[in-house]
Amino acid sequence: MKIPFKGAVDCDLHLSAPRMSALLPYMDEYWSDQFSNRHIDRFAFTMSSDNPILPLQWRPDWKAGADEPGSELDRLRSRALDQFGSSIGIVNVIHGAIALYHGDMAAAILRAVNDWTADKVLSQESRLRGSILVSLQDPALAVAEIERLAGNPGFVQVLLPVIGELTIGRRIYWPVFEAASRAGLPICLHAGSLNRHAPTGVGWPSYYVEDYVSQSAGFEASLVSLLAEGVFQKFPDLTFVLAESGVTWMPSFQWRQDKMWLGVRTELPWIDRMPREIIRERVRLTLQPFDAPPDAAIVERLLDHLGSDEMLLFSTDYPHWHFDGDDVVPDGFPTDLLRKIAIDNPHATYGRLRQGGEATKSLEVTA
Amino acid sequence: MIRHIVAKTAEIPAGTHRIVDVSGRQVGVFNVNGEFFALLNRCPHGGAELCKGAVTALVQPSGVGQYAVSRKGEFLRCPWHGWEFEIRSGQSYCDPARIKARKIDVAVERGEELVKGPYVAESYDVTVEDDYVVLSL
Amino acid sequence: MNQQLVDPLRPEDKRAAASIVDCDVHITARSAVDLYPWLPARWREHVETIGAHVRSGVYNQEPHPRMMARGMRADAYPEEGGPAGCSLPLLQRQHLDPNGIQFGMLIALGRGIFEERNQAFAAALSTAINNWQLEKWVDPEPRLMPAIIVPQEDAEVAVAEIERCAADTRFKQILISPKSLEPLGRKRYWPIYAAAERAGLPLAFHPAAIGGGHFSSGAGSPTYYLEEHNTFGTITQAVLTSLIFEGVFERFPGLKVVAVEGGFTWAPMLGWRMDKYWSRLRAEVPHVTRPPSEYLRSHIWFTTQPMEETRKQAHLRDVIDWLGWDRLMFSSDYPHWDFDDPRYAFKMPLSDEERRKVFHANAKVLYGLP
Ligand code: FES
Repeated sequence: MKIPFKGAVDCDLHLSAPRMSALLPYMDEYWSDQFSNRHIDRFAFTMSSDNPILPLQWRPDWKAGADEPGSELDRLRSRALDQFGSSIGIVNVIHGAIALYHGDMAAAILRAVNDWTADKVLSQESRLRGSILVSLQDPALAVAEIERLAGNPGFVQVLLPVIGELTIGRRIYWPVFEAASRAGLPICLHAGSLNRHAPTGVGWPSYYVEDYVSQSAGFEASLVSLLAEGVFQKFPDLTFVLAESGVTWMPSFQWRQDKMWLGVRTELPWIDRMPREIIRERVRLTLQPFDAPPDAAIVERLLDHLGSDEMLLFSTDYPHWHFDGDDVVPDGFPTDLLRKIAIDNPHATYGRLRQGGEATKSLEVTA
Repeated sequence: MIRHIVAKTAEIPAGTHRIVDVSGRQVGVFNVNGEFFALLNRCPHGGAELCKGAVTALVQPSGVGQYAVSRKGEFLRCPWHGWEFEIRSGQSYCDPARIKARKIDVAVERGEELVKGPYVAESYDVTVEDDYVVLSL
Repeated sequence: MNQQLVDPLRPEDKRAAASIVDCDVHITARSAVDLYPWLPARWREHVETIGAHVRSGVYNQEPHPRMMARGMRADAYPEEGGPAGCSLPLLQRQHLDPNGIQFGMLIALGRGIFEERNQAFAAALSTAINNWQLEKWVDPEPRLMPAIIVPQEDAEVAVAEIERCAADTRFKQILISPKSLEPLGRKRYWPIYAAAERAGLPLAFHPAAIGGGHFSSGAGSPTYYLEEHNTFGTITQAVLTSLIFEGVFERFPGLKVVAVEGGFTWAPMLGWRMDKYWSRLRAEVPHVTRPPSEYLRSHIWFTTQPMEETRKQAHLRDVIDWLGWDRLMFSSDYPHWDFDDPRYAFKMPLSDEERRKVFHANAKVLYGLP
């Protein structure tokens, strides 16, 4: 069904990663020299798990016009923000540099992507907010980047791919969580894999479709890692947003963690209450792709299983193809829940939306 | 409620326990630092013989990466799924409001009182000079 | 405790004695020496002079050490010594007799077939274990139904072992570790599926402690056992996903798969998710002609343990309704720490029909048991 009111916060939208040539102005001399000499600037950095030619990645009617003049940002404005009446959209520019092994190079590119986002997106459209991209290859560089951008209210979260190199809760990453927490920024774990290792516990699947199906397992692994490592205790103000995670795996995951905790509590004495309580308080999921069948009765049951009306955040996942027409909300969602997920929950999750901040108009390019 | 004499107190020294049969029901009798407690030998979760589990300390809720124990000998860990029960109350540590092992009333009584009866003591000749563990169920 | 404990045996069933089929009963050899009568001299010598060679940083310990008594019921160790699961009298006394088990489907773990990198050694161990199962367990206790152990990474040898064992109709299924070198749908494993289909034997996937060399979570290696345990479910999901999208059930329409101890409450959602992505990416997998959930619904069975204990009974009931009551089979996982006693496994009332299906009928039909 459609969203029956205006003013929603769309918590997951996408713009294509900028071409390297567009990023060069945001690079210092060393890196622009490296990128042009090594021809790194001649090819895009497309994440393998974000392969743009897959039918999933572009809804056909949203793909139309992609080759014509007029910017992608203009199309996003009219097709996503205007069309769904959203007051705010959180735009995630996924850039393949997060998959690089060379931590300094990754950091240089991601700094440029973030500055480009501030300059060419956030300051061009006041409804849009952005995510800070960082690489975890060297957590200290990630911390520096979060601190560099923390003063820009246009950035509302820090984005990490859900399947990285190590399980995400590991202590080596805590400085990043610490920095995000200090800046009041949630961590967004976004679907996708760095492909540093097989994205399933049983090896490398043959097909993209398997990669997509197995994302939920990656989200499970990351969430149980955050839980087990004690990240929720260590950083009591930090919220984790799972973007493009799907939703229907979550109740069964909570049941299992509750059951396990009763038996293995002594392994992790810092977990001091039922895992579901921690998860419901600290974890949020974006709506699309909503992975239930088109059956209102089942959707109603699933919402009851989820056990909380605070966990879901409205999203279109524009321009990915999860629904047709304007039917962004699965049948079976009651209207009062819709208001929560579209307005109340996003505002509660993203402290910076409450501050009413507008993106700073332009950013100093820091070298 | 029938009073059953199940042991002399001296037979269950502090820090030990024994499982006794009371009219066909198995009961664990625990001496925790000189106080006696009794629990039905059946886990409220899934039916294990609860009192055959390890008597343990409490692993304290703690900061991350910090491990400390306290209240040594006051908890019972089910031999199957490892749920922890406080021996004193029978309550599950993780979910005390919902999950309780069945407590049995236990008292220590002097032989000179007990001989006045009534009681059931299949295997005991009660003597006036000893103390006894008495279960009521 | 304010939850209802339900006796799965209806009064008349109790009178009629054992009627439960337990789809996950573990046995293990006391030590490799137990297998010597069935190991050729060359491999006995290998045990003594070389030993196991596993894909794990620690040799004789799980890399994620278990909780309770090395992952066992603390009360399941035989008095005379040896690991839990090595004593037939104890299995009979502690489980088969008191719990009304009519048939116990054996999952023989513990001597390192799944983990062994030396495939010739794994093959010799497989044969030895298959013979040992028959002589030491099944001959004296016909309630036990063995599974054929195979060195799965060497399909040719695995097929030969399946054919050798299948001649003995007491073998009821083929045991496969989901933690394979490659996702199990890939063609290198298809000869095993062809042999299974020919022999009319289901495949049982049961998690193994040590994997095929991949981080068990798919998102890095877990730190804690809590996390590692969660991978039993996600690994099972990955295997089923692979079988379906590689077209295994198109190629082997008679193949039946039992997902043992991998959980089941995620299964309907996996079906929905697969259907959703398949509808967008059909061009990539034209050999998958039906919505993936249909293969799930017609080729896969699930075992119950570790039973999900939802706060609200209705939630578990919803999930089983979506899964189908004909897909679910009781299992205890004896003697592991997370054992489910058949009397208390379901914390909700079941109808007679549901009880019948889950506790015996589904398994009897699948395995052709009397
Ligand atoms: S039976 Fe005691 S914890 Fe489950």
